[in-house]
Amino acid sequence: MVVVIDYQAGNITSVVRSLRALGVESTVTESPEVVLGARRVVFPGVGAAGVAMAILKSRGLDQALREVFNRGNPILGICLGAQIVLDHSEENDTPCLGLIPGRTRALPRTPGLKIPHMGWNGVDFGGSHPVFAGLPATAEYYFVHSFYPDPAETSMVMGTTEHGIRFPSAIGWRNLVATQFHPEKSGRFGLDILKNFLAWDGVC
Amino acid sequence: MLSKRIIPCLDVRDGKTTKGIKFAGNIDIGDPVAMARQYYEDGADEIVFYDITASSDRRNIMIDVVRRVAREIFIPFSVGGGIRTLEDMREVLLAGAEKVSVNTAAVQNPGIIAEGARVFGSQCIVLGMDVKKVEPSAQIPSGYEMVIHGGRTAMGIDALWWAREGERLGAGEICLNSIDADGTQAGYELTLTRMVSEAVSIPVIASGGAGHPEHLAEVLTEGRADAALIASMIHYGTYTIKGIKEYLDQKRIPMRLTW
Repeated sequence: MVVVIDYQAGNITSVVRSLRALGVESTVTESPEVVLGARRVVFPGVGAAGVAMAILKSRGLDQALREVFNRGNPILGICLGAQIVLDHSEENDTPCLGLIPGRTRALPRTPGLKIPHMGWNGVDFGGSHPVFAGLPATAEYYFVHSFYPDPAETSMVMGTTEHGIRFPSAIGWRNLVATQFHPEKSGRFGLDILKNFLAWDGVC
Repeated sequence: MLSKRIIPCLDVRDGKTTKGIKFAGNIDIGDPVAMARQYYEDGADEIVFYDITASSDRRNIMIDVVRRVAREIFIPFSVGGGIRTLEDMREVLLAGAEKVSVNTAAVQNPGIIAEGARVFGSQCIVLGMDVKKVEPSAQIPSGYEMVIHGGRTAMGIDALWWAREGERLGAGEICLNSIDADGTQAGYELTLTRMVSEAVSIPVIASGGAGHPEHLAEVLTEGRADAALIASMIHYGTYTIKGIKEYLDQKRIPMRLTW
């Protein structure tokens, strides 16, 4: 069962529709019990870290996610879901899930640079992670964000993107991968990433 | 490097794509779902739907279009036209749009921008601005005034001030339409676009006046726009999105060329 966690952090219908286009009916849930029953979890989300963490905690979803992570099921974080899997977010100075060691930082503001970083940008996938395999180097992905995940170890950075600075835009550790961009809104190559995730056994 | 976006705009009336000049004399030109699918496959970076249905059943017709589009395309798309309440926003977003564009309702009730941003997030609230060039005055120091009702009603609000105010209220993006340039195919309003884009830190989509790829080149460089809306140029097959993107790439404007 593929579970998409709904914790009132933005519109998740596009994630569900993209999975459906790949032939997978997902279960949308806000229940920790249902999350615990998942074989595979998609953890999307847009919005602010502080509010999101408060909702996750109040529903016990933080514990459920930790348990699913610890037992090795594949997890895909998207956007805010790629930020709050780290230890801490600069956004509202928020303690986060701590599934991946590291911190979420604000994109530095410089004159002439638009923040939020909104639109299509390239991702330089350095490693050989199975979820990011087979993508053309010139492909671009859709971003909307003002913060970015900064994992503790460079080995956890699976891809980087340039917007003012070069920042980690795809991260991964153990059975968790996460993208700062939105694969569900990134056309064919975004769908390829989702397809790779659905086929991934959580080992890399 | 962040690419500049090319965004086809479909005006939708009674479930059909339509096109008019200066908001008058519309003719139907096709099925919005099929056109959106085609533009998606042709490399559109995003799609904008603008609902100009006048009938009382407008919301249901548009929601049905949005649902069908959302099954077909996997890039962001936004919906504007007649969005007045949080409930209108919710319906459109749940039907599958990534963003809602608020225009008249925002001018009449700026609180809708702040409320929408709070409930759904800034990233999905687009401030739509219809702007007309006027003589600069104490009330309209920039010489650009906000208008509604397709340009028929002047609001006495300075467009530059309103753009900044929209950002402050929480809009995630501005779609800036020049009523003077709209439908003319004579080029975007560069002065207006540059003025607004430099005044805010959120992205600005230029709208109105595209007729030649060079117009896009101008507005994306000189006009400082982050994205350009196009309609007639591609609706009648005069240009393709691919052709436009290749032209802009030649001019060293960052474009998404692989899709």
